[in-house]
Amino acid sequence: MPWVAALPVDAIDADDVARWDHAGKSYAIYRTSDDAIYASDGLCTHEQAHLADGLLDGYLIACPKHNGRFDIRDGSPRRLPACVALRTYAVRVDAGVVHVNLPD
Amino acid sequence: MGRVRRNYALTGPEREQAIADGLASASWYQTPIDRKTLKQLMARRNGPALRDTAIWFALLLATGYGGVHFWGSWLAVPFFMAYGVLYGTSCDSRWHESLHGTPFKTNWLNDALYQLASFMQLWNPVVWRWSHMRHHSDTAIVGRDREIGTMRPPAMVMKALVTGGTTLWLSYMRVLISHARGHFSPDERDFVPADQLPAATQAARVHLAIHACVFAACLWSGSILPAMLISLPRLYGIWLLMLLALPQHAGLAEDVLDHRLNSRTMLLPLPLRFIYWNMNYHLEHHMFPMVPYHALPALHACIRHDCPEPKGLIETWWELFPVLRRQLHDPDHWIDQQLPSGAGPARIGPRLLH
Ligand code: FES
Repeated sequence: MPWVAALPVDAIDADDVARWDHAGKSYAIYRTSDDAIYASDGLCTHEQAHLADGLLDGYLIACPKHNGRFDIRDGSPRRLPACVALRTYAVRVDAGVVHVNLPD
Repeated sequence: MGRVRRNYALTGPEREQAIADGLASASWYQTPIDRKTLKQLMARRNGPALRDTAIWFALLLATGYGGVHFWGSWLAVPFFMAYGVLYGTSCDSRWHESLHGTPFKTNWLNDALYQLASFMQLWNPVVWRWSHMRHHSDTAIVGRDREIGTMRPPAMVMKALVTGGTTLWLSYMRVLISHARGHFSPDERDFVPADQLPAATQAARVHLAIHACVFAACLWSGSILPAMLISLPRLYGIWLLMLLALPQHAGLAEDVLDHRLNSRTMLLPLPLRFIYWNMNYHLEHHMFPMVPYHALPALHACIRHDCPEPKGLIETWWELFPVLRRQLHDPDHWIDQQLPSGAGPARIGPRLLH
C-alpha cells in the first residue's frame, strides 16, 4: 500500500476538513481541534456529497447535504440518512505534509 | 411554453426520465461563500433554540390555559386562535428544523423536538424523514420529489385553501391509519428504505393510540376540549402555515437545478419569523441546508446579491394567487424568477420546456 503525499497540514484549519483529489478520486482530510489527522473517502455514502463542504464536530463529520454523520476514526455511520460506513485511510505526517496510505 | 401534463408519481414514467436526464441527486447551483464564513454560519449552538423553544412552550401553556379557563364563553376564542397557530402552524417549522438536526448542538434535543413536532404535525416521523431527504436531493423534480405542494394543476391546494385545515387534517389522519395498518403507498416505498417500514408502522400506532386516548377523554368528559388541545389544533391552526409555507416553491419552475428558480424567500416581520422559525428564508435553506434557522438572516445577507429580489407576504401572495388560479387551466404556466445583474448563471435542467 503506497503512502501518497496529500496536503500540507497547514492547508487544513484546526477543527476542519479539506478536500484532496487524487487519481480521479476525492478524499476528505480532517484535522481535529487537538491536531489529530484523519482521512476518508471524500464522498458521502448516502448520495455522494463532498464531505469537505460539511461540518466537523469533534470526531463527527456532518454531510452538507442531509446532515448524515460519520465517525472519522473508523467511518461508522452515526446519523441517518447515512447507513453505510465511510472508508477510512491511515495517515502520517512527514515534514508538515499529510501522507495517506492508499490501497494499490 | 410547452403543453405537457406532468405525471408526479414517483413510480411513473417521469421518474425514469428524471434519472436519465441526470436530475436525480444532481449537483445544484450554490452561491460561492468562503469556507470560514460558511463554517461560522453552519456552527451549532444550543442557546437560540433553547430560548425560542422555552418561549414557544410558555406561549402554548399560557394560551392553552386561557382557552381552558374561558371554555364555554366567547373569551376562549382568541386564546384558541393563538393556541391553534402556535400548535398547528409552528409545529411545522420545529419539525422541519429538528429533522435537519440543525437547531441544537446537542443532538438528542433535535431528536426529542423532532418526535414531539412530528406528533403535533400528524406526520409519521419515519416516513417524513425520508420524504424530506428526497425533497432536498431533488427539489421540485417531477417524478422524484413527492413534496411538491402545488402539483400542476394545483386543484388540491386550492381546495385546501378554501376548506382551511379540514382537507389536510382528514388526509393526515387517513395516512396515519394506513401506516398503522402497515400499508404504504408505492411513492412512500420508493423513498423509505424497506428496513425502516416496521418502525414507521410502530410510530403511526403510537401516535394513533395517543389520539384514541384524547378521543376517549372527550367521550368521558362530554366535551371536545381535550381534542381542542391535542388532536385538533392542526385542523383549526394550520391556516397561517398555508399562507407561510405554500410560497416556498409554489408557482415557480420545476426540473431546474437551481434553488434561486424553484424556491422563494419572503421577508417577514419578527413575530411571523418566530412562528415560522425563519423558514421564510427558504431559498437560503435549500441552498445551504446545514445552516441553522437562527443564522438564516445572516446567510440571506451574504447571498442576496446573487438571488431574486425577495418580497413581503402580501406582495408574494398578490403575485402568486393569480398564477395558481391560472395553473388550474394552464398547468404549464409558471413564474420565471429574475436574477439580478451580475448573478451567477442559472442552472436550468434539460427538461425545462419554454
Ligand atoms: S448525501 Fe450525505 S447524508 Fe445524504
